[in-house]
Amino acid sequence: MDDKFDVIIVGAGLAGSAAALKLAQAGLEVVLVERGPYPGSKNLSGGVLYGRILNDLVPNYWEEAPIERYITNERVVFMTEQASFNIDFKNQAFKEAPYNAISVLRGKFDRWLGEKAEEAGAMLVPGIKVDEVIVENGRAVGIMAGDEEMRSDVVILADGTNSFLAEQLGLRKKFEHSHMAVGVKELIGLPRETIEDRFNLTGDSGVAYGIVGYATQGVAGGGFLYTNKETISIGLVMHLDELIETGKKPSEMMEEFLANSLIEPLIRGGKMLEYGAHMVPEGGLAMTPQLVMDGLLIAGDAAGLSINNGFVVRGMDLALSTGISAAEAVLAAKKKEDFSAAGLGIYRQLIDDSFVMKDMKTYAGAPSFMKTERLYEAYPEMLVNLMTKIYTHNGQPKEHMVPIAMKSLKESGISLFQVAGDGLKGARSL
Amino acid sequence: MNHMSVPEKLSINKYELDDGHPHIEVHTEICNTICKTKACLFVCPANVYSEQEGKIVADWAGCLECGTCRAACPTDALQWEYPRGGFGVIYRYG
Repeated sequence: MDDKFDVIIVGAGLAGSAAALKLAQAGLEVVLVERGPYPGSKNLSGGVLYGRILNDLVPNYWEEAPIERYITNERVVFMTEQASFNIDFKNQAFKEAPYNAISVLRGKFDRWLGEKAEEAGAMLVPGIKVDEVIVENGRAVGIMAGDEEMRSDVVILADGTNSFLAEQLGLRKKFEHSHMAVGVKELIGLPRETIEDRFNLTGDSGVAYGIVGYATQGVAGGGFLYTNKETISIGLVMHLDELIETGKKPSEMMEEFLANSLIEPLIRGGKMLEYGAHMVPEGGLAMTPQLVMDGLLIAGDAAGLSINNGFVVRGMDLALSTGISAAEAVLAAKKKEDFSAAGLGIYRQLIDDSFVMKDMKTYAGAPSFMKTERLYEAYPEMLVNLMTKIYTHNGQPKEHMVPIAMKSLKESGISLFQVAGDGLKGARSL
Repeated sequence: MNHMSVPEKLSINKYELDDGHPHIEVHTEICNTICKTKACLFVCPANVYSEQEGKIVADWAGCLECGTCRAACPTDALQWEYPRGGFGVIYRYG
């Protein structure tokens, strides 16, 4: 059949474009359908891409990819209304290519990756929203967009966190509130020199902040701040179930966060360039949908893949990796001309054997640990209280560290038993 | 940084407005009878939803397409889908 393609990929985000690039390089006829006017135009991330997986996909990517900065400085900030306690980690080894982590802006980065797929021979079709997957005899055989029909041996769903198509096909259930988080982000423009002076950066190095505590006003989640070349990505991620319980408004929490005396100096003088929001699948393995059916695979956010262990929030590297695995599975199926769930079944195995599922399993306890409410109020307060006691010299005689620490603990209302329990849970899940 | 209201922030974003084709429909009779939380009124980062004369209405043009309202809605009152291809918010940075 002339008008039948080898593969149709829905969504030109990182998973979709990675799969398209791999498949086109192998000589398959690939169509990459994107609902936005260009790849990346519907995509939003906090903005740090971890992992060298990108270098596997595009060797020496840094020579051409629109990366903002390579992250050499990771900070975790425990914050109360007036004080903060930082863990500040710098490693000059993170300056070496292929970088450990880079900050990116999806509007530019995904556009570049989509172009790479196009250059390799994939047909990019932007501005088209796919309405449904055509299923015949239990097998996906193509897509419908408006009245237009397009057919293929395999459909790859890389249509993002909301994946309407996976839901339509019954491959995933309706979202549970406890599995989802809402990310809100602002992009703040500042001169390059200001950013470098303010954050002690040299050249293209960058800093990534994870902010726990007052940032989210007791709601599970956290704040982030990432430096780009001439902009700062700043925002909050808040668990949906707790937002609903507390009735708090993300837009107001964001305003209060930006105005906080610890945060405001970091963005002072900046110009707001974009305000965006995105839902993050944070349910871990509990929300993984069925990933394979006859003629179809699911990759990236659509597969509910992200990891948040409190130190790093990851999703983009998992999307790239599953996109690559999806392409490899299609190529294996193509050899046997068997595009059934069995023929494509190696996909699950490839993901299981890759860092994606290994890390998802390692951090399987993280979604539950991250819901420990003490993380967001009591612990930041305890840390700040302790440091305040250590540094306060008001004419009163000082005590030894241990009694000071015990007092701080007591004042924060946490029992030693809880600390031990949380410590153990944290150690096990992280 | 000066305080900015949500509409001011949205006005800086780029949108391709699909006039006459709302991508959000609210069946407010469901909201008014069985919905207890009316979560859409507060969870939406773009403040798309408001209550006017006893009805929940969606000012859909400013939608950031995150889908939070749909995930949060405890009933089937919200019909939220993506705008037609090429329309809606266009993230220049993302």
